Amino acid sequence: MAPTLTIAPVPTVRTHKGAVATVTFKAVLPPGFHANSNTPTDAYLIPLTLKWTGGPLQADGITYPKAAQEKYSFSEKPLSVVTGEFEITTKFKVPADAPNGASAENGTLRYQACNDRMCFAPKTVPVSISLSVE
Amino acid sequence: MQTLRSKLRFAGIAIVAGILGLVACSPERPAKKVVRDDSQRKHAPDFALKDANGKLVHLADFQGKVVLLDFWATWCGPCQEEIPWFTEFQRKYKDRGFEVVGVSMDDDGWKAINPFVARKKINYRVVLGDDKTGDQYGGLEALPTTFVIDRSGRIASVHVGLADKKDFEDAIEKLLEAPAVPGGDSSVSANGPDADHRAGAHS
Repeated sequence: MAPTLTIAPVPTVRTHKGAVATVTFKAVLPPGFHANSNTPTDAYLIPLTLKWTGGPLQADGITYPKAAQEKYSFSEKPLSVVTGEFEITTKFKVPADAPNGASAENGTLRYQACNDRMCFAPKTVPVSISLSVE
Repeated sequence: MQTLRSKLRFAGIAIVAGILGLVACSPERPAKKVVRDDSQRKHAPDFALKDANGKLVHLADFQGKVVLLDFWATWCGPCQEEIPWFTEFQRKYKDRGFEVVGVSMDDDGWKAINPFVARKKINYRVVLGDDKTGDQYGGLEALPTTFVIDRSGRIASVHVGLADKKDFEDAIEKLLEAPAVPGGDSSVSANGPDADHRAGAHS
């Protein structure tokens, strides 16, 4: 059965115009599965990729989780992967013309998971952060 | 004392007899079944998928041959492990009526597949798969998923996930030795080939 990556809800981010907001969310893969890190060891492998696609903020750098180098039965060399619980942090600039009040920053997280014997189709899941700009 | 010695002697004899009995009664380990019995084989669904030159390839094109149908993707590590085996099988068994057909499930299509095929020196037919074909073959929960099809177009074994090279070889050898079943062909199965296969299993 294909593994489901779970993303923990992020508390509302309270910020103000002109500020820099740093937002971290946690994601969890079930035991026994891995996903490629954002810098996989082979060009054919699909990297973990977070994209912010809509909202009042400007993404100004994404920090992916530190990859583990793990050896699997199907690979001669260790692979650069993430497993279990991991965090992704994004630094946002809050524009001076950002609208006051509640809004949301939306994006997608793409990952491709495998276990030691098989791989599952790449998936893209939505991510969303609730904002309160003052 | 005499009684104790007798008891010990009896116990010793009983243990040795038990061990000998166990050895004598152990059934021979049954040979691993690498293909389904004739009566359990279902027809492999036909398909019409394009190769890198845009030419339509049908499963029926290989009628009368043993076919190893491999659903794979360039991003699938376990698939990469198996591909050199399939290249070897294609070279080794081709003249005996055997073909490997690789069905790539890459969303990026030939842009991703062509460089990979060149790099891996793949010597067999590769076509671009689609969801319809995947559904016909049971939904392809995971990759690699590989079907070994007999000369009559029936599925003789299914392997989900990285399989054992020897299991493939044994299945191919066995199927190459068997004649096509009269009346068997590559006709389309209405209900998919194998509704009961599950990830991680081979049957």
